[in-house]
Amino acid sequence: MRFRRPGTAGAPAAADVADPGRGIELRGVGHRYGERVVLDGIDLTLTEARVGVVGANGSGKSTFARLLNGLVVPTSGSVTVDGLDTRTQVRAVRRRVGFVFQDPDAQIVHPTVAEDVAYGLENQGVPPAERAARVAEVLERYGLAGHADHPAHLLSGGQKQLLAIAGVLVMRPARIVFDEPTTLLDLVNARRVAGLIAGLEQQVVVVTHQLDLLDGFDRVLVVDGGRVVEDASPGPAVAAYRALMAGR
Amino acid sequence: MTLALYVPRASLVHRLPAGAKLLCLAALAVALFLLPTLPAAAGALAGVLVVGLAVARLPPAVLARQARAVRWWLLALLVVHALTTDLRTGAHVALRLLALVLAAAVVTATTRVSEMVAVVERLCGPLRLVGVRPARIGLVVAMALRFIPVLVERADRIRAAQAARGGSPRGVRALRTTVAPLLVQVLQMAHDVSEALDARGADDDPPRRRRRPAPAEASP
Repeated sequence: MRFRRPGTAGAPAAADVADPGRGIELRGVGHRYGERVVLDGIDLTLTEARVGVVGANGSGKSTFARLLNGLVVPTSGSVTVDGLDTRTQVRAVRRRVGFVFQDPDAQIVHPTVAEDVAYGLENQGVPPAERAARVAEVLERYGLAGHADHPAHLLSGGQKQLLAIAGVLVMRPARIVFDEPTTLLDLVNARRVAGLIAGLEQQVVVVTHQLDLLDGFDRVLVVDGGRVVEDASPGPAVAAYRALMAGR
Repeated sequence: MTLALYVPRASLVHRLPAGAKLLCLAALAVALFLLPTLPAAAGALAGVLVVGLAVARLPPAVLARQARAVRWWLLALLVVHALTTDLRTGAHVALRLLALVLAAAVVTATTRVSEMVAVVERLCGPLRLVGVRPARIGLVVAMALRFIPVLVERADRIRAAQAARGGSPRGVRALRTTVAPLLVQVLQMAHDVSEALDARGADDDPPRRRRRPAPAEASP
């Protein structure tokens, strides 16, 4: 068990008390859209600090990522985070699992930078003074302090992705899921986001097509046809993924 | 294109509560209509300029931009009144409108969107009695301000993509060829935004079952 910092935001209800030692558990998980099976027979326990997920387009990896914070509820089986069920305790789960989307434009919902970062804290009921301090701190940390009152849509692509990440980190989740966080970024910004991810204290699950992002990860899952076909350290897993793709 | 007009400054006007500024704006509008004289309109305009430029320390360009936006309306009012009544009445009406436009600009430039949204939520508070959640209305206001420029950008991108492939439709055809792909993008974005809102704790309800694949699964 290598993840270090449990979530601290908000007071959980008695029924929502988490057990951080359990990590993310998927038991007999399947998901289908109508007749189409997207995920099938997933049994995993994720406790490592850095977990990567790779797979071809349509392999089921984005649905897999969305299962981890309750954006998608499995049609069969169960997903629990620190013992909290994503089906019945989704609010508590989402407080523990942040989610960063591929396209920051869809994730930024307020007109200016500071207001957007504050949004998640408002939902958590954080008092205004603490909210302002936490927003200022996270903007400073990610080089956005000078942009606090700027319109979000005028930021560069890299800055927008940093803003999207800041909006999640300010909520201090215990775990963060990234869904292709560098796909829309140039090399410099992709490297910047990769460095940011590497420096996070939280447990991180990254879905990506960019294999070099997985350097130094503890565990990499290869998803294909809705199943986890390889589960290993980055070297063997990436080799297996390349071999899988070479055969197509 | 920007709808976020807030200009950060450490001034008394910036520190005033948004509700007080909106009340002052409303009071100014009422007063200008109760005192329909040229000196009153000119005095109000001078007062707005003093508050905006000297007290709030806004850049003159901020107010000039707003004045430019209504210059043809002001000119039309002046000319119509000069022809139908007299020049003094035209000047009075034009100055009154300009004073109100600039006063609104001062309020906008000195008030964060979140403060405006908080006022909207307070005003909508009584609607709780009929089951409406004021926070949702506030979020809608904020998201409208956030996404209008994004949609304009997306429409520009669609037009550029069409132009790059030799298309330069005009009139109704241009509307059709732009609106259809834009609508598709807007629906996709609406889905993505709803997921992001869920992920950031906006939705207290249990998660809904997804009715269609996640974006990456949509195409084989």
